[in-house]
Amino acid sequence: MSVLLEIQGLHKRFDATEVLKGVDCSVAQGEVVSIIGSSGSGKTTLLRCINMLEDFQDGRILLDGEEIGYDTRDGRRRRKPEREIARQRALTGMAFQQFNLFPHLTAAGNVMLGLIKTKRMAKEAAHQLALHWLERVGLADRADRYPGQLSGGQQQRVAIARAIAMQPKLMLFDEVTSALDPELVGEVLQVIKGLAADGMTMILVTHEMRFAFEVSSRVIFMNGGVIGEEGDPKTMFVAPKTERLAEFLKTSSFN
Amino acid sequence: MIDLNAFFDELWIARWAVLQGVATTVAISALAIVFGSFLGTVVGLALTYGGRLTRLLFRAYTDFIRGTPVLVLILAGYYVLSTIGINLTPFQAGILALAVFCSSHVGEIIRGALQAIPKGQREAAMAIGLTFPQTFVWVLLPQALRQILPTWVNTAAEMVKASTLLSVIGVAELLLRTQEIISRSFLSLEFYFFAGVLYFFVNFGIELLGKWVERKTTIPGQG
Ligand SMILES: Nc1ncnc2c1ncn2[C@@H]1O[C@H](COP(=O)(O)OP(=O)(O)O)[C@@H](O)[C@H]1O
Ligand SMILES: [Mg+2]
Repeated sequence: MSVLLEIQGLHKRFDATEVLKGVDCSVAQGEVVSIIGSSGSGKTTLLRCINMLEDFQDGRILLDGEEIGYDTRDGRRRRKPEREIARQRALTGMAFQQFNLFPHLTAAGNVMLGLIKTKRMAKEAAHQLALHWLERVGLADRADRYPGQLSGGQQQRVAIARAIAMQPKLMLFDEVTSALDPELVGEVLQVIKGLAADGMTMILVTHEMRFAFEVSSRVIFMNGGVIGEEGDPKTMFVAPKTERLAEFLKTSSFN
Repeated sequence: MIDLNAFFDELWIARWAVLQGVATTVAISALAIVFGSFLGTVVGLALTYGGRLTRLLFRAYTDFIRGTPVLVLILAGYYVLSTIGINLTPFQAGILALAVFCSSHVGEIIRGALQAIPKGQREAAMAIGLTFPQTFVWVLLPQALRQILPTWVNTAAEMVKASTLLSVIGVAELLLRTQEIISRSFLSLEFYFFAGVLYFFVNFGIELLGKWVERKTTIPGQG
């Protein structure tokens, strides 16, 4: 399989604190990679760097061969122009823990905004496409509702529709079920499973160990800003190689 | 003793003057509010998203303007600008002064509203490829505007009151017209009271307009 995402020596600092201390990994086309690890280990920051929501100080991120965020010419590293970065951000989709739907737009409006402004689609075409994706997440009948009129699970599904409608090469999910009531978790995970079955390449940060076990082709364990261990789900969950991962798995509930 | 007949006689004689006064007051206020709000949006943007130096400059601007009496701004707009070769009519100078005054208040209101929007809104917009200007226009501003509306209506009403100060540089707005009528008719109590009622209606109109806009722009499922 061809490599879609390649991360080399990624370092990220917030002022003096180094949060990512040299991350190397690659994700192949169609892979579903789960990132697990204790809170503060840098999982969110890693996703945010991939989507250039955070600048990073060192290392390279290549998406489909294209360097994300920076150019290196004659040994000098330069941040790409803002317009170019905006275009690159649309190549990856992101679903957030807090949904972050636009409260002043309907469900359809939320999905349409990127289609109209970034993809420059005509309004009517964007609307049709929005309805199509809302149907995919099971919310065709909620297209005209505002986020404030939807349940948490429905809001998260709209947020996912908003991201995938842009047809990103890669989808990033950051603990998308953590803010949900337990009874609403299932419907969101179901949507993600559907996308995985369709062959979408994705990276998901999750605390749902059983889900990670079921859906992923590979699992990455983040520990203190580096990758502590990675491998196929069975090996990772059943026979962890490192003490740290074994420890982590013991403290996290596998339900 | 209030002589109602004399009052109505005088009012009838001066009816056009009064109407022109009201029209001038409304025009001054409306122009000052419109220009002030545009300028204020720029100020609010600079205060919220500007670099350190930009923020410092605009902070100094708003604090300076807000700490200066409006009357001083008006006199400065009229007399000081003419000494450096910029000759504005009293009407123009007055609107400039009021717009500047308005911008400092609107800027502060907009800064507050923008900072109250969760960071995730901007990030979600960026994640679907919107540039910052697009994010501002389509995501941040619509949310900020709804939030500032009530305070903005207050500011608009303040501008109507502040417009009376233009009488000192000879702009024939409602207060100056009223004073002219009084100097002729000597019915000061009646006409000041009448002017007060007219100002009340202008501001009441603004408030109704604000309520209407607020109703029109309410987001279902919010608040
Ligand atoms: N904006 C920020 N400024 C400063 N420190 C941050 C910021 N965001 C995250 N951090 C720090 O970076 C570390 C990793 O955070 P994060 O990537 O959110 O971890 P995780 O998602 O694994 O819980 C934490 O110690 C956190 O406090
Ligand atoms: Mg996190």
